[in-house]
Amino acid sequence: MADKLALELVSPERLLVSAEADMVVVPGSEGDFGVLAGHAPVISSVRPGVIEVHDEGKETERIFITGGFAEVMAQGLTVLAEEAIPVAEMDRGDLEQRLKDAEEDLEDAETDEAAHKAQAKIALVSEMLKAVN
Amino acid sequence: MASLKDLRVRINSVRSTQKITRAMQMVAASKLRRAQEQAEAGRPYANHMRRMIASLTSSLTNPDDAPDLMVGRGEEKIHLLVVATSERGLCGSFNTNIVRRARLRISALLQSGNEVKILCIGKKGRDMLRRDYEEHIVDTIDMSEVRRLGFADAAPIATRITEMFEAGEFDVCSLFFSQFKSVLSQVVTEHQLIPVGVPEVSEEDTHPEGSDAMYEYEPEEDEILAELLPRNLAVQVYSALLENAASEQGARMTAMDNATRNAGDMINKLTLVYNRTRQAIITKELIEIISGAEAL
Repeated sequence: MADKLALELVSPERLLVSAEADMVVVPGSEGDFGVLAGHAPVISSVRPGVIEVHDEGKETERIFITGGFAEVMAQGLTVLAEEAIPVAEMDRGDLEQRLKDAEEDLEDAETDEAAHKAQAKIALVSEMLKAVN
Repeated sequence: MASLKDLRVRINSVRSTQKITRAMQMVAASKLRRAQEQAEAGRPYANHMRRMIASLTSSLTNPDDAPDLMVGRGEEKIHLLVVATSERGLCGSFNTNIVRRARLRISALLQSGNEVKILCIGKKGRDMLRRDYEEHIVDTIDMSEVRRLGFADAAPIATRITEMFEAGEFDVCSLFFSQFKSVLSQVVTEHQLIPVGVPEVSEEDTHPEGSDAMYEYEPEEDEILAELLPRNLAVQVYSALLENAASEQGARMTAMDNATRNAGDMINKLTLVYNRTRQAIITKELIEIISGAEAL
């Protein structure tokens, strides 16, 4: 049995997950990467996406994060998330509603800034929808 | 001499004041526990962040083009002071202490010919600073609507500061808040936000093993740094606000405890006077009756 990887997921407000796993897949800003125990030290920024935790040969947890940073070191993997929501707690209908709201915001946007904000929101929510599907 | 009725009214009013201060003390105690938990829960993130910045800066290939947020613009002409205070009073010398520290700094800066801008977080600090430095106050951030302090409350403040910096509105930014040590002691702290400077890595921050491991970076160091620094600013502001919230409740708890005790002392004193007066009146009436009977 290979060594386990220690995973810590922290948001500014609290420590969300502190667990051990066989492998964790992180949505890096330059592509997803899987981290196993003994991975070379890496610091990467993270794009909005799903962190997959694999243990005992199956996927045990899926957590959506809205962005942040990941640090791999000898002791394990630490993800500094801006905000994290377990995929199981996300509601499809609610997300679709939010997507619709954001699209309406984009249509109503009068300033560039507002339009930009709405676009970012659309991107985020559609990323979340993808995670639910 | 006050009449019996006056004394009775007085005692009752002190007693109801005592009830209020006691209730406030208890509310502050329970809020303090929550604020303290929150402050502790926020620490791992801040620690990791600091360590990441430290390792990034140490491996920066070209220190000369480090971002302005980190090394500054080489000028120290305009200072922005962010003064974090509470929204409510009745918390002892909590606000006064923070404002006093900020005042000292402001007058020192003004004397040495610098320009000062003030950004207030919380109403109390603004009210106190407005008297002397009205024209320096850029804006006040109202936190009275905030029930439970979240990261989402701190992030806009940090964005605002970053935008102001990028627009060249100031060169140096420092944050005044109260660090929570214990219920009895809160230490007013001045913390420089911009430029960050190269963070010192303390003993506990260094990795116990493989501390000299070379990291790979994805994307490049400077890109990560450019993203990390504004984020770090938000985290700093957030943790300062958390510390401040805990300190405020701690200070209020102590202040209200004192007030409750003082009210108790006062009630005891007044009751003594009340009883003496009552006895004096009885004695006087008796004397009147006896001397009346003797005269017959």
